[in-house]
Amino acid sequence: MTVVGVIGAALVVAGVPFFLFGTLGLLRLPDTYSRLHALAKGDNVGLGLVCLGLGLQSGSVLVTLKLLMIWVLMLIASATGAGLIARTALARGVKPHGL
Amino acid sequence: MDWLAHTFDGLLGLALLWLAWQAMHAPGLFRSVVSYMVFGLVMALIWVRLEAPDIALAEAAIGAGATGALLLSALARLKDGSDAGRLHWRHPAELVFWLPFAAVTALVLGLTAWQLPAPGLGVDVARTLGQSGVDNPVTAVLLNFRSFDTLLEIGVLLVGVVAIWSLGPAPSPIVPKMPSPALPALGRALFPVFVLAATYLLWRGSHAPGGAFQAGAVMGAGGILMVLAGARPWLTGEEQGPWRWLLSLGLVAMLAVAVAMAALAGTFFAYPPALAAPLILALEISAALSIALLMFAVYLCGRPPDHWEAED
Repeated sequence: MTVVGVIGAALVVAGVPFFLFGTLGLLRLPDTYSRLHALAKGDNVGLGLVCLGLGLQSGSVLVTLKLLMIWVLMLIASATGAGLIARTALARGVKPHGL
Repeated sequence: MDWLAHTFDGLLGLALLWLAWQAMHAPGLFRSVVSYMVFGLVMALIWVRLEAPDIALAEAAIGAGATGALLLSALARLKDGSDAGRLHWRHPAELVFWLPFAAVTALVLGLTAWQLPAPGLGVDVARTLGQSGVDNPVTAVLLNFRSFDTLLEIGVLLVGVVAIWSLGPAPSPIVPKMPSPALPALGRALFPVFVLAATYLLWRGSHAPGGAFQAGAVMGAGGILMVLAGARPWLTGEEQGPWRWLLSLGLVAMLAVAVAMAALAGTFFAYPPALAAPLILALEISAALSIALLMFAVYLCGRPPDHWEAED
């Protein structure tokens, strides 16, 4: 395995805990807003690391760029989606936990 | 690593069954709809594991994306409490009928699957691929060997849209008020990406996974996003009404090609090998345009008005 391949594998492995803790936050945090906070942040970092790692492992610049573009699109979509869910919840009168 | 792949496949299969149960029996329609969308995504993953990326693309775009948007917008228009009319298990005695029924159905399906000829038709398709005009076996089957099935599929979509538009006018306002300006801005900004992705999928269809259905579904989803962003469709009225002929473009083009080929060669849908490639490309483009507009027309939930009133 080349050095780049090892770095790629390490990045993929490093991305997994972010998904894990994002999911843990979704299951364990008390209200919509903090769950969104955990998901939208954790999963995006995790996806970025996994995409970068897979790109490095593929050994192709084109594939790496495609994967990174998927990540950028995902960032935009998840930020918009999270904002939309939070604002809809607020408009429907869902109170943040502890207020 | 073999056992790891098997465990993963097993988990995917179990998740699919569990999601199907959730989609039918979860308390609350919202949970059902979300379960159904996740069902579509897991189904797409399973198609990937079965090495059928064409179906995976179509399932993700249509099953999870377009159908999910349709179900969610329908759900938003239901009055509160309409959940009460849901069908639950009314009586345990019904199980006396349904359990044996389900067991027999599963048995018959399993036996049928068991007796399918082992290599299937893949060998025949690979052997005749050279004459089909394309390099992707799935596209060859869809638009050359079994064009008649595709004709009927597009016909079903068109009949669906005609039925939905006949039921009544599109609800007004056509989309709920956006609590955030982010989605409309995103819709406008991302629309070129949708066009690019759909064109790419369409172009890929001749030699790799992709094609008219996937391209049409992506394009239709882009159209739905544009409606959410405040764009209004132009398929009715005197000035722009003729554009709605595009809805039937795919069906009309396929029928025209089929009839022309019947007149030339004597067989319905039998392309001469020299003409196959350009004919399939023309059919793919017209079918993709039609499918995109049909997906979008279904989402309007009724016939759009001739003139759009200004909405605040």
